[in-house]
Amino acid sequence: MDKTINITLKVWRQRGPKERGAFESYKLDGISVDTSFLEMLDIQNEILINQGQEPIVFDHDCREGICGMCSLYINGHPHGPDEDITTCQLHMRKFKDGETITIEPWRSAGFPVIRDLMVDRTAFDKIIQAGGYTSINAGGAQDANAIPISKEAADEAMDSASCIGCGACVAACKNGSAMLFLSAKVSQLALLPQGRVEAAKRAKSMVAKMDELGFGNCTNTGACEVECPKNISISNIARLNREFITAKFKD
Amino acid sequence: MSWLLNSSIGRKFIMALSGCALILFLLFHMSMNLVLIFSVEAYDMICDFLGTNWYAIVASMGLAALFIVHILYAVVLTLQNRKARGSDVYASSNLSPVEWSSKNMLVLGLVIVAFLVLHLYDFWYKMQFSELFHLEGAEPHGSVIAIDLFSNPVHVLLYLIGITALWFHLAHGFWSMFQSVGINNRIWLPRFKVIGYAVATIICVGFAIVPIFFLAKHFLCSSCI
Repeated sequence: MDKTINITLKVWRQRGPKERGAFESYKLDGISVDTSFLEMLDIQNEILINQGQEPIVFDHDCREGICGMCSLYINGHPHGPDEDITTCQLHMRKFKDGETITIEPWRSAGFPVIRDLMVDRTAFDKIIQAGGYTSINAGGAQDANAIPISKEAADEAMDSASCIGCGACVAACKNGSAMLFLSAKVSQLALLPQGRVEAAKRAKSMVAKMDELGFGNCTNTGACEVECPKNISISNIARLNREFITAKFKD
Repeated sequence: MSWLLNSSIGRKFIMALSGCALILFLLFHMSMNLVLIFSVEAYDMICDFLGTNWYAIVASMGLAALFIVHILYAVVLTLQNRKARGSDVYASSNLSPVEWSSKNMLVLGLVIVAFLVLHLYDFWYKMQFSELFHLEGAEPHGSVIAIDLFSNPVHVLLYLIGITALWFHLAHGFWSMFQSVGINNRIWLPRFKVIGYAVATIICVGFAIVPIFFLAKHFLCSSCI
């Protein structure tokens, strides 16, 4: 028989963007510790639906930690208490029997709540639209080693590219800054020759868009790096600063 | 050059540059203070040199401008960040483990400003300002003020509080300034942090030695002064 735990959920419920929200508590008994966190919420929603109540609204999609859709601020941490995972990869074995679990939406002026635990993260899409791409036609896949790229640059670019744009960095930041996200998106292209061509323009327009959307100024607390499910390093932020400042001085 | 005011990175660039200049000033100020321990005459010579000549006055005004820029930008950045963060707080509080000083740079800065006001009244007002405007009670000898002031334990304690706040402010500020101007990477980030702790410790220990030395001297061997 699996080990099971009894828990109390304290969930933020908010009917719409303009409505006032409040916490509601739900008792949930006999949850297997092998249940994933989102499965646990599914079980809770099943109960609510059977009682004729509105289910808890939360974002989710692939449930294997790659799409960046799931969010949730759980017990003081974006994506919960476990390290380097998204909420969908979190399991109930990380919680104790009888524990009260507080579940909140991302809180930042840049991410307004749509309903319950779901927030509007289109601001990130707008930042990507401002320059997070290469506009040249790169053609088919190159032969290996046709374009020389150092192992270090390739590794760093790959690490930066692992950002899934979930917004945990903004949720963790006391300044509501999107710099970790932005720096990962600028770095993954700036480190490679194909992206280098438009690097200066990209840094300038993406930062301008970020500022315009009302995200905060980075004060280097490093909370983003600690909470990032993909371990994106704040050294990317230094690279973004470098790209941006040199681009501005060249103008 | 409007990007220095209009962009988030530009504003942080200004913070970093003004912070860097202020750290250099602190290193100079700290070294100058240490002279008092070794020679009262040499210290008064330095005070005289930095007194009421045009170079010293222009330098003082430049320094004041640096402080004002650093403080004004700090206030503007904090207000903008509060707005960006929004008014909704997390009920389960923010438990991300980060350096305490990094989250409290404004508060630490305010403690330092309070200390600065006291410190300017203690020394600068009586030395440069009073001499400049020919006020009564001008004291040309810095050593007289310092030795008198640091024989008072309450005053020494106030100075040590200011210096402690400065240590925490510098511990975060030093590596943060390299990060903000983009001179940083995976290898240098931990190095800058260590160098930052060393610089902060050197500056603050250097500052703290002088009041502690003269307080000890006052109580242990009042005949030597």
